[in-house]
Amino acid sequence: MRPVAIVGVGQTPVREHWDAGLRELAVQAVWQALDESGRTSVDVFYVGNMLSGTLTGQEHLATLIAEYAGLAGVEAVKAEAACGSGAAAFRQAMLAVASGAAEVALAVGVEKLTETSTHKTTDGLASAADADYETAMGISFVALNALLMRRYMHEYGYRKADFAAFVEVAHRNAVHNPNAMFRHPVTREQYERAKIVADPVNLLDSSPIADGASAVVLTSLERVKEFPTVPVWVAACEVSTDTIALDNRENPLWLKAAEQSVRKALKNSGLTHRDIQLFELHDAFSIMSALSLEGSGFAEKGEAVKLADEGYFAIDGTLPISTFGGLKARGHPVGATGLYQIVEATLQLRGEAPHSIQIPDARTAMAQNIGGSGATIITTILTKERL
Amino acid sequence: MMGIPGNWRLRKQRYQLAGTRCRDCGTIHFPPRQVCPRCKNRHLSDFKLSGKGTVYSYTTIYQTTPKFQFFVPYVVALIDLEEGPRITAQLTDVDPEAVTIGMPVEMVLRKISEQGERGLIHYGYKFRPRLR
Amino acid sequence: MADVLKPERPVGIVGYGAYIPRYRLPAREIARIWRGTQEAEVLPVDQKSVPGPDEDTITMAIEAAENALMRAGIAPEVIRAVWIGSESHPYAVKPSGTIVAQALGITPNVSTADFEFACKAGTEAMQAGFGFVGGRMADYVLTIAMDTAQGRPGDALEYTAAAGGAAFVIGPAEHSLALLEGAFSYVTDTPDFFRRAHQLYPEHGHRFTGEPAYFHHIVHAAQKLMEGLQRRPPDYAAVVFHQPNTKFPFKVAKMLGFREEQVRTGLLAPFIGNTYAGASPLGLTAVLDLARPGDRILVVSFGSGAGSDALSFQVTERIEERRTRAPLTQTYIQRAKSIDYATYAKWRNKIVMH
Repeated sequence: MRPVAIVGVGQTPVREHWDAGLRELAVQAVWQALDESGRTSVDVFYVGNMLSGTLTGQEHLATLIAEYAGLAGVEAVKAEAACGSGAAAFRQAMLAVASGAAEVALAVGVEKLTETSTHKTTDGLASAADADYETAMGISFVALNALLMRRYMHEYGYRKADFAAFVEVAHRNAVHNPNAMFRHPVTREQYERAKIVADPVNLLDSSPIADGASAVVLTSLERVKEFPTVPVWVAACEVSTDTIALDNRENPLWLKAAEQSVRKALKNSGLTHRDIQLFELHDAFSIMSALSLEGSGFAEKGEAVKLADEGYFAIDGTLPISTFGGLKARGHPVGATGLYQIVEATLQLRGEAPHSIQIPDARTAMAQNIGGSGATIITTILTKERL
Repeated sequence: MMGIPGNWRLRKQRYQLAGTRCRDCGTIHFPPRQVCPRCKNRHLSDFKLSGKGTVYSYTTIYQTTPKFQFFVPYVVALIDLEEGPRITAQLTDVDPEAVTIGMPVEMVLRKISEQGERGLIHYGYKFRPRLR
Repeated sequence: MADVLKPERPVGIVGYGAYIPRYRLPAREIARIWRGTQEAEVLPVDQKSVPGPDEDTITMAIEAAENALMRAGIAPEVIRAVWIGSESHPYAVKPSGTIVAQALGITPNVSTADFEFACKAGTEAMQAGFGFVGGRMADYVLTIAMDTAQGRPGDALEYTAAAGGAAFVIGPAEHSLALLEGAFSYVTDTPDFFRRAHQLYPEHGHRFTGEPAYFHHIVHAAQKLMEGLQRRPPDYAAVVFHQPNTKFPFKVAKMLGFREEQVRTGLLAPFIGNTYAGASPLGLTAVLDLARPGDRILVVSFGSGAGSDALSFQVTERIEERRTRAPLTQTYIQRAKSIDYATYAKWRNKIVMH
């Protein structure tokens, strides 16, 4: 496998984009990335998306977007792994270049969640879980996270209010991200008063329903000099899976797929936890932040919430997370999220993040995209220098 | 959303907690499996679970989809069954504030949802505080 | 004079089980909405049982039947018929018995049918079961009497229309915990209460429901059975009548020459209301819970339309061990949570969305 670099990124603001559909959003992100990279064509074209068929009646999405991007004729396929679809598409593009099958690959994540009623969107998001044995019983995606949060609080002796730090950090960072959906800070008091969705998960624990698209252009070591941008290197991108249903896991509080994908990613890149300077994690819910940090080895079991409270994950902390606001405050356009994380990590490594959220001298970043309640976990490590 | 054939196909699981048991390693599974996730054996027998268990975790749902709106607020739990498997199900005949982790529960058959006023009624397992 | 109904092969009840939902609507709460405050004594019952939002005749039938099977101690597969008497089958077309039999593991070698005869649909199913086993068509039959009765909001029936019932495994006398001594059915065309197809709530004849309907049919069925069996009221340890309210069973008992104590054990209406087809069978389960070997029990149902089934049983020594295998009827009666009228209106689909 040959080294692969990111040579172009693009993203739309995360919003309720009433005036743009899937193709308009995706084409915007695709051409931002192409413009940066100075290209007008690619060899392969991957689309990360979860719910185009369910919510907008549009499948065969990659071909549609390629055509409207002016790239008709290109090899185009959609990758789907629920909320992990964005990073899944990224990995396909990475593999295409690493294997030598392609010289220039593009991955774009796009999601349009506001196309229909909130109920249909909620139903659609729940389809990440086991349809016959979880959702058929009246469980929502929020409820699955609530089950995890309740058990976590029970086992480690936390109160609901202890989770506020995750929400505070994400919102504080998002203030400086022009593409974020919620650019306002959230106080502890607001957190504690927020409306309960599925006890103990409240509205501020949950990432918002949103639309958006983000894209990256990848190329090989051999070709990287042809591009005008400063390359950021893909040190590793690894996928692991776990049981679809939460109930089939021996210890639901341990994200085995996080542990495994992180272990593979560190091994393949020759890096250690200490090398990671920032972590774009999958904070779809506050509890997911805690479980991701623990499963990934950045906190001992039951310690992540305590560390968060001590400021460990703040922008000036030991391991900054959600530096652009995360899913929580930047927003969670499901199938695009994994690519937003990678775009944001790329901007950090290029030194192009907005001043207040730029991690000084950032050289190594991790991004982790999670499909379902931990069933598919894709961990990516990006570096400024080629390893 | 699941139609008539899907619900019909699952009736043994829904009505009777029909699972499987691995003839090699003895692991009991719910839902039923074709391959034992523990030892990869494909020699599995039918196994009916007793429906007795304890609450592993729970949540009270205040916002849900139209299909379940009628039941709000309702409690969903992860339940550790006596035979080993953990299962996701609603709790019924219980006040949300009375639910605790570790509470003994038992399976009852209840209405889960229905396909509108004219459509099929879906029956399936729920759990309630132990009575029997 | 017509003979007592009795099969050639001796038969009886091999197992019994009760079910009453958890929720209660106090009669005072109904009165608060529709009449203003009333003294408790003028209300027909103290409270009535209300099914939870996820319950119907099918789910309730399944639990009662599970209890009956536990007491019978037989494998579900030996049951050759499942007959359910109810006026509240969830489907107009699709037998409740198909779902109940499937859930209990009785399918597929089984006959099922839904019975309807207002409040005596349950004893009708029992009679058929006695005949089926008595005629050696099969050894075991499961009969269920279950209802989730509906009363029109504000109507007198709303105070009592309740939910609950009982299930019985009918089998050969040698395995029975109570032997059938004989039965008598008495039916006339008396329109005291009826519900037309597609209507949500029944119509009733007010005062007419008492004298020519309830009392006439119960008295005749009971008297003809006792005459045929040469029994008198003092021969019975307990008597169970259909119980649309607290008053009627005591009154008909007096007319027939029974004492109040004989009625009391099986009279559940004050605590749970009128469970329609479930009412007298449920009363029988409460009596069996306390019965001693040798006790005689008379059960007389009443179904509007109208008719009565009278059934005479004698308890055997098997009762002692079997009754402990499943929850007692009192366990369900005491498992009670009061709800308000608004909750009741929501759960019972009485809120009209405009």
